[in-house]
Amino acid sequence: MNADRGGERLTAGTTVVHAPSPPGPAAALWRVALIGRPVFGRMLLAVAAGVAAAGAAIGLTATSAWLISRAAERPPVLYLMVAVTGVRFFGVSRGVFRYAERLAGHDAAFRVLAKLRSRAYARLEHLAPAGLAEFRSGDLLARLVEDVDGLADLWLRLLLPYLIAGVAASVTVAAIWFAVPGAAVALGATLLFVAFVIPIFTIKIAHRAERRISGARGELAAATLEILAGASELLVAGATETRLAALTAIDRRLAAAEARTSAGSGLGALLSGLASGAAIWLGLVAGIAALRAGSIEGVTLAVVALTPIAVHEVVGGLVPASQHLPGLAAMAERLLDITSRPDPVTEPAIPDPLPVGPYGLRCRGLRARYSSGDPDALQLPDIDLRPGERLLVTGPSGSGKSTFAAVLVRFLESSGGSVELVGSDRSVDIRRLSGDDVRRVICLCAQDPHVFDTSVAENVRLARPDSTDEQVEVALAAAQLTAWVDSLPEGLSTPVGEHGARLSGGQRQRLSLARALLADAPVVVFDEPTEHLDEETATALVADLLAATTGRTVVMITHRPELIDSATWAVRVDLGAGIGSEAS
Amino acid sequence: MALGLTTALLAVAQAWLLATAVSSAFLGGADFTALRLTLLALAVVLGARAGVAWAQESVARRCSAAVKSSLRMQLLRHVATQLPDVGGSLQSDRASGEVVALATRGLDSLDAYFGRYLPQAVLAMIVPLVVIATMATADLVATLTVVLTVPLIPFFMALIGSATVRRRKRRWEALARLSGHFLDVVSGLPTLRVFGRSEAQLGRLERVTDDYRQESMATLRVAFLSAFALELAATLSVALVAVGVGLRLVDGQIDLRTGLFVLILAPEAYLPLRQLGAGFHASEEGMEAASRVFGILEGTPDGGPVSSRATGNHEVEPTHSPVTSDLSGAEMRIEGLTVRQPGRALDAPFEASLVIRPGEIVAIAGPSGVGKSTLIDVLLGLRRADAGSVSIATTDGRTVAIEDIDRVEWHRHVAWVPQHPYCFPGTVAENVRLGAPDASDTAVRAVLAAVDLAELDPSSSIGEAGSGLSSGQRRRVGVARALLRNGDFLILDEPTAGLDAASEETVLASVRSAARDRHLAVLLVAHRPAALAIADRVVTIAARSEEPA
Repeated sequence: MNADRGGERLTAGTTVVHAPSPPGPAAALWRVALIGRPVFGRMLLAVAAGVAAAGAAIGLTATSAWLISRAAERPPVLYLMVAVTGVRFFGVSRGVFRYAERLAGHDAAFRVLAKLRSRAYARLEHLAPAGLAEFRSGDLLARLVEDVDGLADLWLRLLLPYLIAGVAASVTVAAIWFAVPGAAVALGATLLFVAFVIPIFTIKIAHRAERRISGARGELAAATLEILAGASELLVAGATETRLAALTAIDRRLAAAEARTSAGSGLGALLSGLASGAAIWLGLVAGIAALRAGSIEGVTLAVVALTPIAVHEVVGGLVPASQHLPGLAAMAERLLDITSRPDPVTEPAIPDPLPVGPYGLRCRGLRARYSSGDPDALQLPDIDLRPGERLLVTGPSGSGKSTFAAVLVRFLESSGGSVELVGSDRSVDIRRLSGDDVRRVICLCAQDPHVFDTSVAENVRLARPDSTDEQVEVALAAAQLTAWVDSLPEGLSTPVGEHGARLSGGQRQRLSLARALLADAPVVVFDEPTEHLDEETATALVADLLAATTGRTVVMITHRPELIDSATWAVRVDLGAGIGSEAS
Repeated sequence: MALGLTTALLAVAQAWLLATAVSSAFLGGADFTALRLTLLALAVVLGARAGVAWAQESVARRCSAAVKSSLRMQLLRHVATQLPDVGGSLQSDRASGEVVALATRGLDSLDAYFGRYLPQAVLAMIVPLVVIATMATADLVATLTVVLTVPLIPFFMALIGSATVRRRKRRWEALARLSGHFLDVVSGLPTLRVFGRSEAQLGRLERVTDDYRQESMATLRVAFLSAFALELAATLSVALVAVGVGLRLVDGQIDLRTGLFVLILAPEAYLPLRQLGAGFHASEEGMEAASRVFGILEGTPDGGPVSSRATGNHEVEPTHSPVTSDLSGAEMRIEGLTVRQPGRALDAPFEASLVIRPGEIVAIAGPSGVGKSTLIDVLLGLRRADAGSVSIATTDGRTVAIEDIDRVEWHRHVAWVPQHPYCFPGTVAENVRLGAPDASDTAVRAVLAAVDLAELDPSSSIGEAGSGLSSGQRRRVGVARALLRNGDFLILDEPTAGLDAASEETVLASVRSAARDRHLAVLLVAHRPAALAIADRVVTIAARSEEPA
């Protein structure tokens, strides 16, 4: 026993090495931002256009102020022509540059989205399904996908605005420094305050408010689910009103908590107002002092006094932009937490070629577990299954039946023992074969097969993309789906899945069978095909599944063995009865 | 409104003070002592502007919280009372998830609507008027420039906005489809890997995203035109004002203070309009959330997936005709009842007919999927039949169709044990009292004993979704609940499934005696022989299917 455990640790240890420590939010954001690297050129274009637009807005204010001050000295009009042209140029160009910035920014964001998706997908492809065990629930998976898509906003809504405002504001502050250093210091300090200090405040306040609200919101969600789950019963029992009254009380608390956050959320507006006010006032005072001291000309005073208004308008936009930060950081962390997981299986460096069929299976002391810290989820007695024979694996839930299926198709590494694919020429441990080769021979009809949002034909054809419609029809017929397909409005090309006709549990299993038949897999594994089906449907389904796979090597995994005629099984394994109980 | 006016006046005051300070320091050679009051006043005005911004935000939040609360409660009341009408379609996990999301986070997009859009809309109406009026006292020519250009902005926005609104909508739909595609592929990863197709999807994913980018950029080029027109009109007119003022200054038509005043003030007239444009997206999201709520409330197909599924069924129109308050001794007659299952070529039940008399137990049998639970939904008024009728014949010889009885009134006469009774968090006693809140402790204990739950302490608590009770116990709590309710009809949907033989016997004996002693008309859906044995009659119903099982 002890020696065994030591051996397991060795194999498990190889996977542990790959697991990095989870990155912090800043590191996570940085790594996600770097995914945009291939489109940095386009980002730069957006930044350049954005800086030009912001510069035009600031330039418009500054040159207008200069123009009017200079004009007040009544020089010949000729002296004003440069300023007049400047004012007109800035007036026109701001809109043009802003338009260019928007287009370039969105274009870059879409390109980043494509990169993010392919990067995430490429990683998930290695992890699924064993490395994503807890994502079996559709909600979590949907959130993962939302996170990937949401992170495309990192550049568009956060980094680009900061870069643009940063460059434009720095140049302006530097320019004012040459005229009135005091005004530049005041402007620079207030701008930094708006760009960095206020966001920290407002994000903290929002976080605290969110925590206060989330309690009430959670209660509301629970109470709502409950009232929906029992809606008919409550209604018939005449108890709906009482329940609604309780819900109203929770709603009042939530509304009160939300109203209480109002003071906090106004703080950002108050502080930016004060900061820009201070910049204007201090700029004016410093300008007047410089004028009195004779270090600037009179015409410069208006420029120094009015420019802060325009700069603060540009930088003020950063406060709302910064509010995206916590959400984006959380998304980046969640995503990296998943993508930095170790691969559930290690592919051989140089895979062996497949043996020649027909194929049987040989399992020796097989054990497996979902993650390295867990106890073994599966402990399988030794099994020898000859080609064309059928293996029945039974046992209560939690006895490792689905784990066995995952190990058979190389979705999951075994933690001990071996599975050999027994061909007519030789037998090979499946760990020495490439995963794709193994799955070419051993086809899994999973417990809850996915139906893609496309036509019936395409859903089956994915098993063998070059197959003809006739071949697809033959597979569907063998799975007893012809009558169903004929009843569909557009037959084979009827959309199914999310946006099409919904399939019942039995139909899904049959569709999955049709795929396996079209792929012409010599070994077929059925993982709980009768889950969620009523007794009659289940019995009929199992009979059809077995009839259609006559001649193939079959592994049937189920916790309802009573549905199945016992005569067909060459080997039976009951995982519930503990290790070593093999019957044949 | 008052805040909007204050904002406008403060903007005018700021411009005036700033112009005065600059012009007197520049041309008048004033020093700090001379400008003391002006600078002090400017500081006060700048501070006040910040204060007004704070007040605006707070008021917006409060409004938003109040509106959200009101919408939320309307929504929840509606789904709790109305949507069982459509065969309980809202009770699927997904649909109820949507309602929960809408009631909690979904409405949060209204914050932006109230916080950013509405205040700006108010400002956009008031500020330009005040500014123009003030400018008119200083410089008529500049005022004219502003008067002519300000209306251009909403005009352009409306013009270009209406041209792009459909495209933009199509773009959002495309985006939703794109996300759907990504999710579809990721969800199907295990299946794709089984068939060695997962790597092939990688290229396709990039291609689809890129196609979408090209398509969207074409739309965006047009959509951003409205923002472009807006910016152009705003900045160009400021430039025109500045140049005009400059030239008139040279001619000596106006003085520097007026010139600066007009220059500082002109952008203030456009600012709220520009911010309104920027907040437009926020408003759209807010309106979208609100319209989803209204969609559910009104049951329109545009209201999102929830109600679009809902309208797939037939809603029961509230026809509240004469209330029949005395139904004791009445019998229920079901004739030719047929219900088409939504979205399927299946009638289940198909032409079911039976009569239930007081004191009698009628069992309905038939394989699963023939519509036994659907039949019950119709009897309860939760669903409408496509053909056939359900009527109540009272002892005084009247016959009333159940859809003509007020539903709340009808429910007073019915007790129902659903297939999976729902247990609410709270004590066992509270759960049993669901339909009879005034029942005494003794009565609760008695009814618990009647369903073989005497060992269950009425004051013990049940967790969420009935955790802490076994499924058999939950079922018996459901029966206890129905027995405690004082009705004339008792409807039980597989009340003893999953019970051991002893419990089953106790429960069935209680049902039997309730029928006899309290003269109840009992409808029993059952499979098991023991349950069928207590029935006076067994009626078999059937479905008619045009599709394979």
